[in-house]
Amino acid sequence: MDSPAVPLFPPQASTIAAEVDALYFFLVAVTVFFSVLIAAGVVYFAIRFRRRSPHDRPAEIHGSLALELVWTFIPLGIVVVMFGWGARVFFHMNRPPDDAMSVSVVGKRWMWKLQHPTGQREINELHVPVGRPVKLTITSEDTIHSFFIPAFRIKKDAVPGRYNFAWFEATKTGTYHIFCAEYCGTEHATMIGRVVVMEPDDYQTWLGGGPPPETPVKVGERLFVELNCATCHRIDSLGRGPLLHGIFGKPVQLATGETVVADAAYMRESILNPAAKVAAGYQPVMPTYQGQVSEEMVISLIAYIQTLPAPVVPPAPGPAAPGAPATKGAP
Amino acid sequence: MSTEPAVLPKVHYLNAGYGWRSWLFTTDHKRIAILYLVSVTLMFFLGGAYAVLIRLNLVEPTGSLVTAETYNKLFTAHGVVMIFFFLIPSIPATLGNFLIPLMIGAKDLAFPRINLLSWYVFVVGALITLHALVNGGLDTGWTFYAPYSTVFSNTAVVTAGVGIFVTGFSSILTGLNFIVTIHKMRAPGLTWFRLPLFVWAHYATSVIQILGTPVIAVTVLLVAVERAFHFGFFDPARGGDPILFQHLFWFYSHPAVYIMILPSMGVISEVVAAFSRKRVFGYSFIAMSSLAIAGLGFLVWAHHMFVTGLAVYAAMVFSALSFSVAIPSAIKVFNWTATFYRGSVSWQTPMLYAFGFIGLFTIGGLTGLFLATLGIDVHVTDTYFVVAHFHYIMVGGAIMGYLGGLHYWWPKIAGRHYPEWWARVSAVVIFLGFNLTFFPQFILGYLGMPRRYHVYPEEFQVLNVMSSAGASILGIGYLIPMVYLAWSMRYGKVASANPWPATGLEWQTTSPPPTTNFEKTPVVDEEVYDYPKLLEKKEAVLV
Repeated sequence: MDSPAVPLFPPQASTIAAEVDALYFFLVAVTVFFSVLIAAGVVYFAIRFRRRSPHDRPAEIHGSLALELVWTFIPLGIVVVMFGWGARVFFHMNRPPDDAMSVSVVGKRWMWKLQHPTGQREINELHVPVGRPVKLTITSEDTIHSFFIPAFRIKKDAVPGRYNFAWFEATKTGTYHIFCAEYCGTEHATMIGRVVVMEPDDYQTWLGGGPPPETPVKVGERLFVELNCATCHRIDSLGRGPLLHGIFGKPVQLATGETVVADAAYMRESILNPAAKVAAGYQPVMPTYQGQVSEEMVISLIAYIQTLPAPVVPPAPGPAAPGAPATKGAP
Repeated sequence: MSTEPAVLPKVHYLNAGYGWRSWLFTTDHKRIAILYLVSVTLMFFLGGAYAVLIRLNLVEPTGSLVTAETYNKLFTAHGVVMIFFFLIPSIPATLGNFLIPLMIGAKDLAFPRINLLSWYVFVVGALITLHALVNGGLDTGWTFYAPYSTVFSNTAVVTAGVGIFVTGFSSILTGLNFIVTIHKMRAPGLTWFRLPLFVWAHYATSVIQILGTPVIAVTVLLVAVERAFHFGFFDPARGGDPILFQHLFWFYSHPAVYIMILPSMGVISEVVAAFSRKRVFGYSFIAMSSLAIAGLGFLVWAHHMFVTGLAVYAAMVFSALSFSVAIPSAIKVFNWTATFYRGSVSWQTPMLYAFGFIGLFTIGGLTGLFLATLGIDVHVTDTYFVVAHFHYIMVGGAIMGYLGGLHYWWPKIAGRHYPEWWARVSAVVIFLGFNLTFFPQFILGYLGMPRRYHVYPEEFQVLNVMSSAGASILGIGYLIPMVYLAWSMRYGKVASANPWPATGLEWQTTSPPPTTNFEKTPVVDEEVYDYPKLLEKKEAVLV
C-alpha cells in the first residue's frame, strides 16, 4: 500500500472517514487537554508541596462543593457533545443512500466472498468505483467475522443467520486493506484482502473483462424455478404459499397476530426455517431449504424476489400479505 | 513515637503456628490473604510469560516464533489467566482480605471458614483451567464468543469453562463475606462515613461480584451445554442467536472491569492521603462515586457490541450510559489531585505508584470515551486501540494500584520494610516500560491493526517492535519487586506499628498484627483521615 514506511495515521479514503477523523481529533484534543491538566497538577503539587520536613503541617481541607460541581458538570457538558456528535456520525454510517450500488459480502473461514450487482464474484478483493456509494450486505457462513476497511473507517460484523449492512463512498483511488476484525479461529489473521478504488471508467472496463457473468437477480430467477418455489408461490395467488410479488419491504401479518416487515432477514429466515414466522392464513407446510442452499444462493433469491413487481390488479384482499390467495398454504 | 529501632512483636500471625497445616487449615484472614498472594503471584507470572511469548512473536510481521494455532492459544491463555486468576482476585483477595477486618477493627471476616473455602475453590478452579490450557489448550479468546466456542473450536472449551465456573464461586464467596463483614462487624463508633475509602471501594466491588458473577457462570454453562449436547442457545444453525451470547457475556464482563479497577482506586485513596498527610479531598464524593460506578457499570455492556448490528437507537442508549460512567471516574481523579494541594507530599514508593496510577488511569479513562463515542468506536473496536485502552486501565490502573498498595501495607503484612531505593527504581522502570509497551498500540489501533492477529502487514512493524521492547522493560520492572519483597521478609528493616505514619485502625496494632488483630476491640471517636490530629499526637514523626 503506497504509504510511508512507518505510517502514523491511516489513509482517509471515504466520505465517512473525514467525518470520523474530525470527531477523533476533537476527542484527541480533549484527551490531551485533560491529561496535561492532570499531569501538570500532580507534578506541580508534588513538587511545590513536597515534604520538606517531618514536621510539616499540611492545610486542613475537607473539600469544596463548588469544585465538585465544577468538575462534575464541565466533563458532563463535554461528554454530551461527544455523545451527540458520535451519534450523528453513527447515524450517517447506518443510513446508506438510496442509489447505492449493492454488494454482498459473505464471510467464511477464512476468506471473504463478494459479489457485485452485475454478477462479478471476487474473493478477498473488492473493486469499486470512486465517488459512488456502495452498500454492503454482510453475513457469514460459519462463525462471526467482521468486515473492516480502515481507510474507510467502517466495520461491521458478519454474523451467521443475520444480515448486517454497511456503506461507504470512496473518495480516493488506491488500494486499501480489508481485515477480518472479529476473531474467527486459526487463520483469522490471514482473512484479509484489499479494496481497489478505481476511476468509474476503469471500473467499467474491469467489469467488462471476462465473460459476462450471471447477475444475482438472474441466478435468483433460475433458482426460483429449479427449487420449485414457483409451485406454491404462484403468480396467480392460487398456490399454497403467499404471493411474493411486491411484498419486499412491506408489512406481513403472521399467524400469531404479529406483524413483521418482509425484509431480507425475514426472507432468509423463511427460506431456511419456514415454520418460524408463518404468514397469517397459511399452513406451515413449506419444507426447509437449510443445507440445500448456500448463503450466496439465498442472497440471489432475495435479490430476485425484490425485483418482482406487485400485481397490477390485486386479487381479493386476504388476511396475509398483499395478494393473499383464496386457498391456504405455507409462506 | 520513639526513635528507638522497632522490634517485632513476640507473637504475631506469621509465627503463631508453624507447618503446612497451620497454613492450609487456617481461618485467619491474614494468612488466607497470604495464600492468595502466593497463588495470584504465580498466576501473574504465568500470564506474564504468555504475554512475553505474544510480544516476541509480534516482533516480526510474519509471526515466525509460533504457529497461528499456538498464538491463538497464547493470547487466550494470557487473557484467561490474567483476568480470572489475577486481576479479579488480586486486590480484594489479598489486600482486601488482609485489611478489611483490620480497618474496621474486627477480629476476622464474618465467615472465616467460608473465606478459606473461597481460596480452595479458587485453587480448584485454577487447576481445572490450567489443566485445560495444557491439555488441548483453549483458542477462543477469553471472551468465548459463540458460535466459535460452541461449534468450531477444537480445543478444551468445556474443561476451561468448568474451571472458570468453579472459580466464579470463590469470587462470590469473597464478595459475600466482605459485605456481611462491613455491615455487621465495624468497631464501635466506626460509622459508614468514617470508613476508609478502601473499604467503600471493596463494598462496591463486592456488590458487583455477587450480582455479576452468577451471570458469567450461567453463560459458560450454556456454552458447555451447547458444545457437549448440541443445544441451540447460540448457534444459528440450531436456531440459536450468537448475539445473545455477547449480551450475557458482557453483562458480567463489563462490570468485571470495575471489579478489577475499583479496589485499586480504594488503594490510591489511602496512599494519596497517607503520603500527603492530609484528608482525602471530597471524601464522600469519592465514596459515592464508587457506588455510582458499580451501579452504572451494569448498564453499559452493549458498548462492546456497536458493530454487531445492534439497533441504532439501542446503540445510542448504551453510548449515553457509557459516557455517564466517565463522570464518577473523573470525580475521583480530580479529588485525588486536589488532595496533594497544600499537603506534605512524600515521594516514597507507594506514592510513586499513586502518581503513576493517576496519570495512566487518566489516559485509560479518556481513551474509553473514544469507545463510547459511536462514530469512533466503529473504526477502533476490535483493534489495538481497545487493547491499549484496557491495558492502561488494567495494567496502568489496576496493577499500579496493586503494587502501590502492596508496598504501602508491606510493613504491616511482613513486619519489615522493603528496600526503598530498589522499590523506587522498579516503580519508575514499570512506568516507563508500560508506556513504551502500550502507547504505540493506540496508534496501531487507529491505523487499523486488528487485535488477535498472529501476523500483520509490514507497515505496522516498527510500532510493534517498540511495543515488544517496552514489554521486556516492563517484565524486568515486575521481576525486581518480586525479588526484593521476598528478600525483605527476612532481611528488611523491622517496621514499627505505624511507620509512615498513617491514620486507620490497621496502623494501631502491631506490625505484623497478632492473630486476633487487636488486643482489645478499638473504639473509634474520630473522623476518617484525621491527619492533623495524628500529626499532633506524634511528637516526633519518623522519616
